[in-house]
Amino acid sequence: MSKIKGLKCKECSKRYPAEPLHVCEFCFGPLEVEYDYDFIRQGITREQILQGPKSLWRYQALLPIEKEPTVGLHAGLTPLIHAKNLGQELGLNSLYLKNDAVNCPTLSFKDRVVAVALTRAKELGFDTVACASTGNLANSVSAHSAEARLSCYVFIPYDLESAKVLGNLIYRPNVVAVEGNYDDVNRLCSEIAGEYHWAFVNINIRPYYSEGSKTLAFETAEQLGWRAPHQVIVPIASGSLLTKIAKGFRELASLGLIPPAPVRIHGAQAAGCSPVASAFLEGRDFIKPVKPKTIAKSLAIGNPADGLYALKEVRESHGTVTTVTDEEIVEGILFLARTEGIFAETAGGVTVAVLKKLAHQKAFRSDETVVAYITGNGLKTQEAVSQAVGSPMLIEPTLSSFEKAFKKTKEDRRN
Amino acid sequence: MITVRIPTPLRKITEGQSEVKASGQSVQDLIERLEERFPGLKDRLCDEQGEIRRFVNIYVNEEDIRFMQGKASLLKEGDVVSILPAIAGG
Repeated sequence: MSKIKGLKCKECSKRYPAEPLHVCEFCFGPLEVEYDYDFIRQGITREQILQGPKSLWRYQALLPIEKEPTVGLHAGLTPLIHAKNLGQELGLNSLYLKNDAVNCPTLSFKDRVVAVALTRAKELGFDTVACASTGNLANSVSAHSAEARLSCYVFIPYDLESAKVLGNLIYRPNVVAVEGNYDDVNRLCSEIAGEYHWAFVNINIRPYYSEGSKTLAFETAEQLGWRAPHQVIVPIASGSLLTKIAKGFRELASLGLIPPAPVRIHGAQAAGCSPVASAFLEGRDFIKPVKPKTIAKSLAIGNPADGLYALKEVRESHGTVTTVTDEEIVEGILFLARTEGIFAETAGGVTVAVLKKLAHQKAFRSDETVVAYITGNGLKTQEAVSQAVGSPMLIEPTLSSFEKAFKKTKEDRRN
Repeated sequence: MITVRIPTPLRKITEGQSEVKASGQSVQDLIERLEERFPGLKDRLCDEQGEIRRFVNIYVNEEDIRFMQGKASLLKEGDVVSILPAIAGG
């Protein structure tokens, strides 16, 4: 008896053993981990979770590893912040921000999925890990593989933000910059994964990797006092994060850890790469791939693997998929920083800008608990805001020079 | 001749080959000819209506055929056709 039954195709339900497989041989649909919930139900309680490690591994019972965790022991359990100032400006009394901008060790939610993926990769006997990435995943895989003593290859688009490139190189993995966009990188990695026996965390290890995102829902519920929020805003790249957050709340409810309650889910995309939003607005049940063109590079996936499933979750929950322009994204980053002192990357700007748009459209009641997921740190995408933050006041090292500048500042603020 | 790159899940049908050479005027034509050599391949790529299955991505010289004419996309000598599953995030 074990908690993992195996893998199952989301499209045609064909079953496979719990090995490094991600695609159904028959219909190419994505494979998902199948759990034995009866087995899990016997061992999981709120008390047992509260006594667990101060990391996402307190939810080990619902994560797809067979033995003890070995990688990423400090990831997760990030702050859930009651955003009083931002909420006041938007007319929301119970607005919360789940702040993965401070996740450990690489300041994005990817530390969660990588902790799970690399633990599983080691269980499956791999000594080399790899990934295709828009940046945050590569940072996380590089960092974790250094600590786990695994060989590492990360594949990125050649024009990635400089902080993200440096944020890979520092850990000394092999960084391969591909002359193309993210979709080109991923396509190439699918081919490489077929030739080399490496654990590609978002390809052949993907079914295990993606389960790590459920912990964002688990922690949110725990931190709200063991209940689900009324509405959530989640950025959409491949769509995996949104589907796993929905799944996380569902699992907790079905295991009796939180009262069953509907969660309205809103997806957030950049207008320059919004295949899921377009399908939502046009009432389609298929995704038309696009060529991304947006500053939100971490969301720039033109052909999202889980796009359809994300769409389904949004529709069933009576939510929306909303887009914002690049200008609105920058404003979103500044708005969040100015009100709550949190510096988010462009994906966070998308989330906050969509939150603002929805609030103005009266999508929320003022007393509802609304949670917005901030998935990465602003230090990683500084280029996006460098022209919008102004500059310091430059003075000579004299009191009179300062007083002159101080007086001017007060006058400027009055006008 | 057109080079067709076969993804891991389909190699059982193509006798373990990761790359095969074939000919075809269009992607649809190519699939029909591949089916003649490797029975069962078409069923994996196309549904009962003959449309490409939604999780199957086909590229001609690195361009997704959905940005071209779909299965009617024309092929020429020396083209490289890749068949791949959907793209994951990162």
